[in-house]
Amino acid sequence: MSQDDLLRRVRPPEWQNPRPRSPYDLVVVGGGPAGLGAARTARRQGLSVALIERWRLGGNSLNCGSIPSKAIIRAARVLSSLRDDEEYGASSFERPSTDFPAVMERVRRIRTRIAEYHAVERLQAQGIDVWFADARFVEGHVLVAGPTPLSFKKAIIATGARPRSSNIPGLDQVGYLTSDSIFDLAELPKRLGVIGGGPLGCELAQAFCRLGSRVTIVQNDAKFLPDEEREAAELLSMSMSRDGVDTRLNTTVVGARMEAGAKWLDTVNDGTKCSIPVDEILLSIGRVPNVEGLGLAAGGIDFEIGRGINVDDFLCTTNADVFAAGDVCSRRQFTNVAESSGRIAAQNAFGTRIERQHQAAIPWCTYCDPEIAHIGLHAREARERSIPVECYTVMMQDVDRAITDGQDYGFIKIYVRQATDQILGATIVATRASELINEMSVIMSAGIGMRRLATIVHTYPTQSDAIRLAAVAFVNSRSGEPATQRIV
Amino acid sequence: MPPVSSGLGAGMQALDELADDALLDRLQQAAFSYLSENTNPDNGLVADTSRTGSPCSIAVVGFALSCYPVAVERDWMSRREAAALTLRTLQFFSHSLQSEQPDATGFKGFYYHFLDMQSGRRVWQCELSLVDTALLMAGILTAGCYFDGAGDEESIRNLSEALYRRVDWHWARNGLETVSQGWKPEYGFLHYGWEGYNEATIVYILGVSSPTHPLPAASFGGWTLTYQWENLLGHDVLYSGPLFTHLFSHAWIDYRGIQDSFMREKGSDYFENTQSAIAIHREYGARNPRGYEGYDRDFWGITAGDGPGDREMRESRRDRRFFGYMSRGVPYGPDDGTIAPWAMLAALPFNAEAALRGTRRLLKSYPQVCPNGRFRSGFNATLKVQGRGWLSEGWFGLDQGLLVMMIENYRTGLIWQITRRCPVIRAGLIGAGFTGGWLSDPALACPRSPQLPSRTR
Repeated sequence: MSQDDLLRRVRPPEWQNPRPRSPYDLVVVGGGPAGLGAARTARRQGLSVALIERWRLGGNSLNCGSIPSKAIIRAARVLSSLRDDEEYGASSFERPSTDFPAVMERVRRIRTRIAEYHAVERLQAQGIDVWFADARFVEGHVLVAGPTPLSFKKAIIATGARPRSSNIPGLDQVGYLTSDSIFDLAELPKRLGVIGGGPLGCELAQAFCRLGSRVTIVQNDAKFLPDEEREAAELLSMSMSRDGVDTRLNTTVVGARMEAGAKWLDTVNDGTKCSIPVDEILLSIGRVPNVEGLGLAAGGIDFEIGRGINVDDFLCTTNADVFAAGDVCSRRQFTNVAESSGRIAAQNAFGTRIERQHQAAIPWCTYCDPEIAHIGLHAREARERSIPVECYTVMMQDVDRAITDGQDYGFIKIYVRQATDQILGATIVATRASELINEMSVIMSAGIGMRRLATIVHTYPTQSDAIRLAAVAFVNSRSGEPATQRIV
Repeated sequence: MPPVSSGLGAGMQALDELADDALLDRLQQAAFSYLSENTNPDNGLVADTSRTGSPCSIAVVGFALSCYPVAVERDWMSRREAAALTLRTLQFFSHSLQSEQPDATGFKGFYYHFLDMQSGRRVWQCELSLVDTALLMAGILTAGCYFDGAGDEESIRNLSEALYRRVDWHWARNGLETVSQGWKPEYGFLHYGWEGYNEATIVYILGVSSPTHPLPAASFGGWTLTYQWENLLGHDVLYSGPLFTHLFSHAWIDYRGIQDSFMREKGSDYFENTQSAIAIHREYGARNPRGYEGYDRDFWGITAGDGPGDREMRESRRDRRFFGYMSRGVPYGPDDGTIAPWAMLAALPFNAEAALRGTRRLLKSYPQVCPNGRFRSGFNATLKVQGRGWLSEGWFGLDQGLLVMMIENYRTGLIWQITRRCPVIRAGLIGAGFTGGWLSDPALACPRSPQLPSRTR
């Protein structure tokens, strides 16, 4: 599958925009996960829908986010696991080197394959008018797609976000990569400097280290993943160090320069200066919502540069007929959060089902090794809301299947409202936390409490049995039993 | 101060063969002898470690000032001698340079973490340390409460109050609700992020009761918002990984039966919480998830301390990584198989049986961890150096000071009895929202000489 195949699906070069209907029931601006979710939801209700995309369908997630990063992470995990083969009984053998072009070819092949599910032809077949053009509001119920005015009854803005730029002196001059460009690398950098310890920075720092780059990650905070709880972030720090990533916490990059053929990052840690030579720099300090050039003021839509579109809990903007969804209005910039908010915005726009954004307990995950996943409240959030909370923790090192799999770094922690068995949230750190958290999502959606969870039989041995063991710890704690109940 | 003999001449009985009381006598006295061997008698500064060229750690001075009353009561020092050394120490801190200059001794009433043993000036570009200043102040206040006589002792009381009143706790918030961990003249406030329960309770208790530059009462509540009450390895606990965090504030403060808002909500207190933490450390030792040599229910004590350094070892067809001086914890780690050999004994007031069982087991299996009756800082039975488990070089003052105090609190409760009558500590606890227990005893509310316990000989 070639680049042409990808473009044929997400941005056909010969594309002709359709003849506009007037007015559309719904115009969606942005063809990423939120926009696609909104458009499909509206079409299922029989509404006329126009979807305007200025670059490629699939948004960041498909083109330069979740999909390519997961494909790289998988390659890195496979290569990394070969290091441990001796422990599992393999004879000594030469450790394979990384064929980076082959890794990237696989990334592109996967991206093209998955693009088929979002292909423009499928959207057309569903009755969605797809426009490839810049969009701009000209008044409350009219926007232009390129030169063409489109009137609408309702609109949803889902223009996503882009990598945040930086004012680090010299950085623009020496050049740097972002998530938009790193997946176009042709060669594996010998030395990679990563600025920023959020989800993407951590994922790619670890993956590139495992592929063979010498990686230094610099984080201007006391821990990685500032939104996650301390133990999760510290486990990640230890894991990255074990892999060989040079981790610099509490460290600020104050300058970048070229010297002797290398890029140098000048850093300061509590007043102590240091310089790090690298071949490539990945800037990963967050994302900023795409609100510029949309004519939002003309549409009566309130927004803030850098913070995004202001919405209420129903995702409605200050224009009662315009909603927003996804990264352009959400603090949690994850693909599943975006897709879900697109669906909610479409439902709320037409009143088919009124849903509050915060009613949905949406899990998210950072795909390092181990993965870090979360749903619902953190203990601190609960305490800030004056909710007495207690946590029930099972260490993966005490879970039989994690031990047999050699994947015993991490934990499952379930937050429970004190004096009840109501589950408020959960954090999971495990090799496959992204899968395990979905069980917590179902449990919380179904309103299952800890007592009932303790009685739900799981297959044995499995890593997901740790979720049941946490509930058993709850029951034991309430009954005064001293230790976690095990099957064998 | 004359060196105190560790009393371990040739032909003496092996430690693990001694009866409990004789064993504690020996170990406590040997721990105290660290102070006599590593103190500058001219200014009272105590070396951080016994290694050549070690600077002073102000926290170790705080422990030392609290150990002198123990030494007086146990006849290791005369009262006059102890008072004179204490006074010289307080005079040094009173007269030393307080300024923004990078080589000052302190600023805003706080002190730099590490000081030159002779000049008393800042070394290593270290931070102006809040928690270490709090530990120093705890020692200064303990001295101020213990020495209740005339002459030098009156001067000690006056200086103790003046030094405490000078500390600008309000400034240390840097405009925020909770305190920063430190400050550097080259950089400003440090932002390490103090999240979750740790040894810093004493910072807030001393800060809240300041008559001059107090922390607001809400400051302690702001910190406790970051607490996590967890069920770990079958035990309910206010979580903090390294064992020392469950011990340091407790060396001075008797938390039995007194509760703040958080502990009232959980139906526990900080003393019980340390007991739970010890149970978790023992359970972790028994489970030994990483398969380290030695670990079991009576071999525990994972905490901050010295370690083998950044090195790797291939063992059982897998890589082992080791670390240097760092804060190790249970059960989340980091854990590289290194324990602090002194830590089990320091848990004596909380679980005497477990502390003594573990300590005896350690002394029997690995007697090298306690040369001359004094515990080394770190020991790793897994990493072999010349055929034996790795052992930390020299001794660390924090370990020895803590041991003297905790053994005494177990044997007579001396330190706790002194501080229960300390108006600053009492007001700090009440200001931070503690109620019940001995705080309700009106007889303890008036500051006067404590009824000192009779010694257990």
